[in-house]
Amino acid sequence: MLDDFMTRATLAGIGVAFAAAPLGCFVVWRRMAYFGDATAHAAILGVALSLALQMSIFLGTVVVALMMAFAVTLLAGRGYAMDTLLGVLAHSALAFGLVAVSFLSGIRIDLMAYLFGDILAVSHSDLLVIWGGAALVVALIAWRWSPLLTATLNEELAYASGIDPKREQLILTLALAITVAVAIKVVGVLLIAAMLIIPAAAARNFARTPEAMALIAAAIGGVSAIAGLRAAYLLDTPAGPTIVCVAAVIFAAFSAFGWRGRSGV
Amino acid sequence: MSLIAVDGLSVRYGENTVLHDVSLAVEPGEIVTIVGPNGSGKTSLLKAIIGAARPAAGDVRLKPGLRIGYVPQRLHIDPTLPITVERFMRLTEKVARTDCMAALDAAGVPDLLKRQMSQLSGGQFQRVLLARALINQPEILLLDEATQGLDQQGSAAFYKRIETVRAETGCAVLMISHELHVVMSASDRVVCLNGHVCCEGTPAVVASAPEYRALFGTGTGGALALYRHEHDHDHDHDNPHSHEAAE
Repeated sequence: MLDDFMTRATLAGIGVAFAAAPLGCFVVWRRMAYFGDATAHAAILGVALSLALQMSIFLGTVVVALMMAFAVTLLAGRGYAMDTLLGVLAHSALAFGLVAVSFLSGIRIDLMAYLFGDILAVSHSDLLVIWGGAALVVALIAWRWSPLLTATLNEELAYASGIDPKREQLILTLALAITVAVAIKVVGVLLIAAMLIIPAAAARNFARTPEAMALIAAAIGGVSAIAGLRAAYLLDTPAGPTIVCVAAVIFAAFSAFGWRGRSGV
Repeated sequence: MSLIAVDGLSVRYGENTVLHDVSLAVEPGEIVTIVGPNGSGKTSLLKAIIGAARPAAGDVRLKPGLRIGYVPQRLHIDPTLPITVERFMRLTEKVARTDCMAALDAAGVPDLLKRQMSQLSGGQFQRVLLARALINQPEILLLDEATQGLDQQGSAAFYKRIETVRAETGCAVLMISHELHVVMSASDRVVCLNGHVCCEGTPAVVASAPEYRALFGTGTGGALALYRHEHDHDHDHDNPHSHEAAE
């Protein structure tokens, strides 16, 4: 069954969607969308380093994504507004990454595959890494769900309950770095943030509890992956962007219904 | 032993010393109020107690295993975060639905279980926050300007409820407030803070202390008058027992 490239692609897409959904909810609730973007853009630098040092791309991107996250944390509150800081870091990381890749003249690499994903080329071992990473992210977030939620709602409330919000933030950062690393192959660095934010934002319209929002987001992400791949196959369009397009259409439809539902209130 | 013992505490943010050599203890069952002007370090003191601010000097000791019920000053729930009152009540504790309902009943806001937190009025929101803080039978309640955004009637009712809770459960209360006159009538002990402890004692003692008068200036006379008025009023009409129980 796994010998079919479409099956592997679909499974890869679903794996990323499942990891991105609960994490994406926290990204939305904590207003970390730009933070997610910056971490994802930094991943291209990780790809370049991995290729140069001939190490696993997964490991390289996780390390660079984590370094990016810590750089942001370190520089935050030093006089620049957060969005300015993230804008500087995200685009610098992307630019340095692209330049670094160009130095790797000895190796032929398809830059587009890292920028927009190459889901149809997912191998058996890629699939293993994607599902392993996704399972790790889901397990991390499920384990810390309640403390994460409390820390997201109110830091003092968390402290008073014996929760360290800084530690929870670290766990989210780690989950984000892993998600970025496994999602590169599927949607590419430029569209990873979309897989985090769009399903979660669409789910908001119909969720009454945080848990429901995460589950609905996972379903939307999964459907987007399956339908997006199918559409890409039929229309002969790039797979990663098509998946994001489907998610965006679902978001638009859900928001329209959500508004209608709320307009009476 | 004391529930909370703060000893020689100093808190600094960068170059700025917000608290200097503050000592304070809260015993089981007592209601202690911290008053002080803006920037006097009230919130920093509470933060240091819950571990959200690191002492630059001195220390904060909590009774081992102390159960804290915390009511934050403001709780902004991002509009993208859907959460029902029931889910919020179970945020940090595993609580049965019947216990949630009982807690909301006691807080005077029954039937809110299925409502979204974002749909509550200011008064309802504050009652839910208090109900959540009380659900695990805390030994001490920490209130950080808990009545901000409530009108005068609302906050008077809120403090009355705090007194009832203390009378019923024996839980201690440590609160910060800027509403001097309301708070004065409800406290056993008042600590007047301005970077350090200016003065401390029963409400009547603090209200007449020169340090307190220096801080709160001309408003003091009015606050004291209101305090006396409300105090007498309680004894005469509403509930003569609750006050005697407190003394």
